[in-house]
Amino acid sequence: MKKLIGLLVISLTLFVGCGGGSDTGNNKSASTEKESSGLTDFEQKNGIGPVTEEIQLPSNIEKELAKKGEALFETKCSACHKLDERYVGPAQRDLLDRRSPEYVMNMILNPAEMVKKHPEAQKMLQEFMTPMPNQNLSRDEARTILEYFRYMKKHKDQMEIQ
Amino acid sequence: MNTIHKIIRTWGLPLLVISGFLLTGCQNGQQLGSSADAASKVYVSPGEHDEFYGFFSGGYNGQLGVYGLPSGRHIFTIPVFSQAPVNGYGYSEETKAMLNTSHGFVPWGDAHHPELSQTNGETDGRWVFMNENNTPRIARIGLNEFKTQEIIEIPNSAGNHASSFVTPNTEYVSAATRFSIPMDDENMQNMDVSIDSYKENFKGTISFIKVSDEGKMNIDFQIMMPGFDYDLSHAGKGPSNGWSFFTSYNSEQANTLLEINASKNDKDFIAAINWKKAAEYAKQGKGKMIPGEHVRNYIDHEEGGIVKSETIDKVRVLDPRELEGIVYFLPTPKSPHGVDVDPTGQYIAAGGKLSTVIPVHSFAKMQKAIENEEFEGKVMGIPVLKYDSILHGEVENPGLGPLHTEFDGRGNAYTTAFISSEIVKWNIENTEVVDRIDVYYSPGHLMIPGGDSQNPDGKYLVSLNKITKDRFLPTGPEMFHSAQLIDISGEKMKMLLDFPTEGEPHYAQAIKADKVIKNQKRFYKLEENGHPKATTSEKQAKVVRKGNEVHIYMTTIRSHFTPDNIEGVKVGDDVYFHVTNLEQDWDVPHGFAIKGANTAELLIMPGETLTLKWQPKKAGVVPFYCTDFCSALHQEMQGYVRVSEKDSDVEIAYGTGQ
Ligand code: HEC
Ligand SMILES: [Cu+2]
Repeated sequence: MKKLIGLLVISLTLFVGCGGGSDTGNNKSASTEKESSGLTDFEQKNGIGPVTEEIQLPSNIEKELAKKGEALFETKCSACHKLDERYVGPAQRDLLDRRSPEYVMNMILNPAEMVKKHPEAQKMLQEFMTPMPNQNLSRDEARTILEYFRYMKKHKDQMEIQ
Repeated sequence: MNTIHKIIRTWGLPLLVISGFLLTGCQNGQQLGSSADAASKVYVSPGEHDEFYGFFSGGYNGQLGVYGLPSGRHIFTIPVFSQAPVNGYGYSEETKAMLNTSHGFVPWGDAHHPELSQTNGETDGRWVFMNENNTPRIARIGLNEFKTQEIIEIPNSAGNHASSFVTPNTEYVSAATRFSIPMDDENMQNMDVSIDSYKENFKGTISFIKVSDEGKMNIDFQIMMPGFDYDLSHAGKGPSNGWSFFTSYNSEQANTLLEINASKNDKDFIAAINWKKAAEYAKQGKGKMIPGEHVRNYIDHEEGGIVKSETIDKVRVLDPRELEGIVYFLPTPKSPHGVDVDPTGQYIAAGGKLSTVIPVHSFAKMQKAIENEEFEGKVMGIPVLKYDSILHGEVENPGLGPLHTEFDGRGNAYTTAFISSEIVKWNIENTEVVDRIDVYYSPGHLMIPGGDSQNPDGKYLVSLNKITKDRFLPTGPEMFHSAQLIDISGEKMKMLLDFPTEGEPHYAQAIKADKVIKNQKRFYKLEENGHPKATTSEKQAKVVRKGNEVHIYMTTIRSHFTPDNIEGVKVGDDVYFHVTNLEQDWDVPHGFAIKGANTAELLIMPGETLTLKWQPKKAGVVPFYCTDFCSALHQEMQGYVRVSEKDSDVEIAYGTGQ
């Protein structure tokens, strides 16, 4: 538990100089942060973690896959994330408008390193104050949740997959 | 004064005279290295891990302490035989049945000898077994989760001291009665007889508990024994595999003032048990089934993580008067305490605590003596072998009050001398003392990692001292027991470190950390949570009234409870909080406590469900909160229950964030 506080302190001190914009989607300062953060261009855009290459996504949404993701999201994520409102963490309906699919996967699979090293995730932690937990999903499981996010982005009127 | 009292209590007056002389007269020249040298040997730099896990019984605290070696850092305590308010073990609805016995719920136990499971005579890192002396029991602790997974009671027993030692492939864990008790001839039931009918009526038993591949324990058979005190034990190995050895004292069969009356005979006995033969008899249905009520409790996370208790009514008893060849007595001077088999399995050393030598028996000679029937008599039908026929040698001048021996795997044995406060190193082959070192003070057991197995890690030795006195800052009349770490890698022993231990460690065992780390469970998977009252998503959280029972199906995650506002509870209700921790990461427990509950908190591991029962006594609004500092918003992790009068019409209502 003390680890988390330590981490928070580090992340807060790291951000003293960055202005700490409250708009989480704001990418304006990305190029200046890039030098100090020491991340590659890929990591800057797609996050740090097991996903190191672009994921090939089919243009249509696989509903069955998305349903698996929905079930997982309910047990492991919904205590903190709602679709359309900010809760313990950010609302997720518009997630893919602000993040790449790879970024989403890395945030799910490697949150501790993300909030420690990635400027965008650091900014979010500063705003939400609770670190996104590692729920220990497999990569395949994270992929099903990604499909769920894609489905929900497309079907703005649905609260559950129909 | 304190020391002297303890010595009188333990050793009796006659000994005090000798020991008084020796305590002042014995200066062994301490082999201390320079302190910088010693410090670098025990220093584990920040973030690094110790090389060994050490498991130290907690004696009268009933628990198992876990220490890192060589640093001596106390890294964990596993609750075993005593309730532990620290995490609700023995208090929560799920775990309290672990302390069930045939005498009902027993909240405390006296933990003595931890023993690591073995495969091919080597420690394997699966389990630690540990015995309870007072209400005879054996526990199995899983090293995958550092939790007590099973406790079995031993029937027809009193003072379960010579326990819980394993055979080389953990086929059996053994147990024996320290206190003999009256047992009738027919069914071995305790009897309402005069205590001074001891010689006529009192008997002992030695028990063999079978361990399945999954760890499940059941009592395979008991052997009826003469009414002595059975003290300690070790299984044979290598050539002596198939045998187990138990020390006994009070062969005088005294029932009062044992310190004098049980110290009269020059020799008592080591009972050599041919457990393979006994197991065959048991398998053939020999002996008889007698009443022997005992309780077995076990927990399995895959089966819901709720302790189940079962009562077993009968037990098989073998009578050595009828079944030949299962027990022989090895005469051994004098009131022997420890019995230890060397790594090659050829030699059996006894800590004759009132003896001036350490007798070492030879297994090969013992077998020959049995074959040639070199008996000096029989006791309760059990042949007593001739001392001279079985003796390998006697270690001369081993210090005063030798108790326990362990081995380094290089042909040396190390024995604690309680009264002269030293550890004596001797050569097994020629039984000559080669080194000695003072310890502070009065060592009981000693431990070398793997030191009672076929493959010791002969690098360190820990002396488990019974008296602490001036070793640490004074803490009133009571002091934690001191342990001392000694470097035994060279020819001369070197004192490295003092460290305090909790409770009163009797015995300890240690194992290379790698053997344990690879099986670690870091959290329980929510998908595998089989608890009938689990709530695996916030959506399922609810409050249900059933008559005067209210069941609250609650979840926790950093940093809120769902539900956290609950109404409709009434005075006189039995309220059950079934709390599921939705976290799925290592080391993220949440706690749960509610004002006025007459029980301990819950500490819920990630993915686990635990239940706290609460009986509200007054109307009002009562807060609950998380007791584990789980995140920056931990102080916000709280909630309220509204309690109304019995006859009020406030309906059940609940929610979070509405
Ligand atoms: C304990 C609450 C909690 C749980 C449970 C949780 N999250 Fe988060 N999540 C957060 C918070 C808070 C953030 C914002 C970053 C931070 O503070 O670390 C976040 C951030 C994210 C982000 C990045 C959002 C962005 O805009 O960059 C994604 C993606 C995400 N979570 C997905 C998930 C998924 C999928 C799950 C379930 C497997 C999950 N979260 C479970 C609290 C949680
Ligand atoms: Cu908490």
